[in-house]
Amino acid sequence: MELTTWFTDLLDGNLIFTPQTLGYYWDGLVTTSQLVFLSLLAGLVLAVPLAIGRSSRHRWISLPIYVYTYVFRGTPLLIQLYIIYYGVVFVDGIQESIFWPLLREAFYPALIAFTLNTAAYTTEIFRGAIKATSRGEIEAARAYGMSQSLMMRRIILPSAFRRALPAYGNEVIFMLHASAIASVVTLMDLTGAARFVYARFYAPFEAFLFVAAIYLCLTFAILYFFRFLEKRLLAHLKPA
Amino acid sequence: MKKLLTVSILGAALVAGSAQARDYDHVRFGVDVPYEPMEYRTPDGELTGFDIDLGNALCEEIGITCEWIVQEWDGIIPGLMSRNYDAIMSSMTINDERRQTVLFSDPYFTPPSAWFAPADSELDDATEESLDGKTIGVQRGTLQDNFATDMFGDVASVSRYSTADDMVLDMQAGRLDIVFLDYPVGKSTLLDSESRDYKVVGEMITEPKEYFGDGFGIAFRQRDEALAERFNEALATLQDDGTYDEIYQRYFADDE
Amino acid sequence: MLDLQGYGPRLIEGAGVTLSLALLSLLLAIVLGLLTASAKMSRSWLLHKFATLYTTVIRGVPDLVLMMLLFFGGQMALNVATDALYDRFGVDWYVNLNAFAAGVITIGFIFGAYMGETFRGAFLAVDEGQIEAGRAYGMSDWLVFRRIRFPLMMRHALPGLSNNWMVLLKTTALVSVIGLSDMVRVAAEASRATHEPFVFLIPVALIYLAIASVSELIFARLQKRYNVGFGGH
Repeated sequence: MELTTWFTDLLDGNLIFTPQTLGYYWDGLVTTSQLVFLSLLAGLVLAVPLAIGRSSRHRWISLPIYVYTYVFRGTPLLIQLYIIYYGVVFVDGIQESIFWPLLREAFYPALIAFTLNTAAYTTEIFRGAIKATSRGEIEAARAYGMSQSLMMRRIILPSAFRRALPAYGNEVIFMLHASAIASVVTLMDLTGAARFVYARFYAPFEAFLFVAAIYLCLTFAILYFFRFLEKRLLAHLKPA
Repeated sequence: MKKLLTVSILGAALVAGSAQARDYDHVRFGVDVPYEPMEYRTPDGELTGFDIDLGNALCEEIGITCEWIVQEWDGIIPGLMSRNYDAIMSSMTINDERRQTVLFSDPYFTPPSAWFAPADSELDDATEESLDGKTIGVQRGTLQDNFATDMFGDVASVSRYSTADDMVLDMQAGRLDIVFLDYPVGKSTLLDSESRDYKVVGEMITEPKEYFGDGFGIAFRQRDEALAERFNEALATLQDDGTYDEIYQRYFADDE
Repeated sequence: MLDLQGYGPRLIEGAGVTLSLALLSLLLAIVLGLLTASAKMSRSWLLHKFATLYTTVIRGVPDLVLMMLLFFGGQMALNVATDALYDRFGVDWYVNLNAFAAGVITIGFIFGAYMGETFRGAFLAVDEGQIEAGRAYGMSDWLVFRRIRFPLMMRHALPGLSNNWMVLLKTTALVSVIGLSDMVRVAAEASRATHEPFVFLIPVALIYLAIASVSELIFARLQKRYNVGFGGH
């Protein structure tokens, strides 16, 4: 209640929240959503085979994947972003290649960095879930004469996905928050919009509180979405 | 008076920070580096540049000591407001928007702004038509940012950088079609650079005043009028006795 | 051989900044976390609400945004207060937080919220029966805390603590964005100046990995120690 009157006061006769700046925040919301959604999607697609490989008994498969996840989970995303953003420029011949029009934009290097990062975390989440598959389920599948790949597809993965859901929900929120660093490489995401408003009007409170409120809403939306999913998909695990 | 004294002592004792009297004998300048040739570091880390030399000369003239605190541009006015330093001497253009927040000295330098592009670029003027669909580089929160955003924000995409050398790097990498900078800085970092050839696109820009203001000034907090006055007097003296010209020659000798 | 083009000493200095920033923030975060956990478990309605608000808001907003808000906004708020003091009473003093102190406070404040959750869970996991047993032996409250509750709590808190520390360590990289010269900032500056991003960024990434690996070892040993008597969990 108080918040709404405070908010209407803020919108009335102030210099900061003009249609122009609100437009920046809106564009920022769109950029942030695209970046987070696309990187999560691509990360998920990469993570499934990587998690299976990571659970493999052959060290020559599992070890390189382990090194990849260790490096990407053990270093700050900011460094990964810098390396990819500044690094791609120095790859020989890249500026003449067909990829340059994409890599020239800040969006795609950021998307690549975010995807590789979330894929590493998601791989470990899935691996944990695969490892936790109960022996009984596996033995039952074997008794039915299922092949290794059929068992993976029909038994292990579906139950692992469900188990991974709560941890994956956290990863989604983590990515939303991590995406704030996109503004460092000139992307006008939500945080980029806030930094623009801050620099132009010297108004840290207005600029950053507003954007913090937007992030808070997004976080809660994701949280409730995953709670809903868990309720639907994990109902059978609950005590009756 | 006595009460005042008690409170100030209490205040000073309560907080581990430093307390400082209003009549400065030591002034801390906020400065955004690198912004060659106005302010930058020599390879061994020493701060140098036109602003730095002039600022030091002004302090010497006034008879106070000074110190330089590095702060990125987009936080430079808030930093002054939060008293991380007492003044800003960092190629800051005097304009009305900033006057609402800070107090400026008399202008000490009046350079134009200019557009820079790779020498082989097909751009030969900066208009709404020619910039359509291009990527413009500016430093976040500068008057060039404000101008480019308001004039061309609808047709071109404006990339904003925290420091001028981020921007120069992306220009060299080919991520930007054109950048908008204070002319001396563009000259020093782009035209004089060896890695690639650049050109000035179109005319030097000093109008409209609403954006491009009245030259560079030293910014103070509104209430530090006395301090600003001391700097104005010192500036007038240095301009009369030839010190200013000598510093100017040091950095802009081969200009025009 | 690796040619750091004269940036070597500054990089090492930056690594020192990163490490001390991380350790001091960890300390502050643990203190704030213990306070928050106590507040959340206290019977006081106000304290409980306050702690819940703190942990919810902090965990719902990106670190970088919080950092900018606290770093830029916090300073400004302090200044408004000291200016008011000057205008009303003629008192002239101000707090001059340097970037490092502001960084420690900001990161400590953010991770205090995460630590609060970790400690709360750990305190709740302690078997009350053991506490009662301690009391039955005539131990004082303090002795019960020191000998029983704290060691038992640590056993449950360590995995979360270790996880928070790893995230905190990586979060310190963000201070480079707000102007503190940690190793990420020095490396980014150097790669811009020399146009050699890999030469500087990859060693910095390796230093992070090294710190993370050493911390893992330390936490594994601690875990072993606090697991004594629990049959190899």
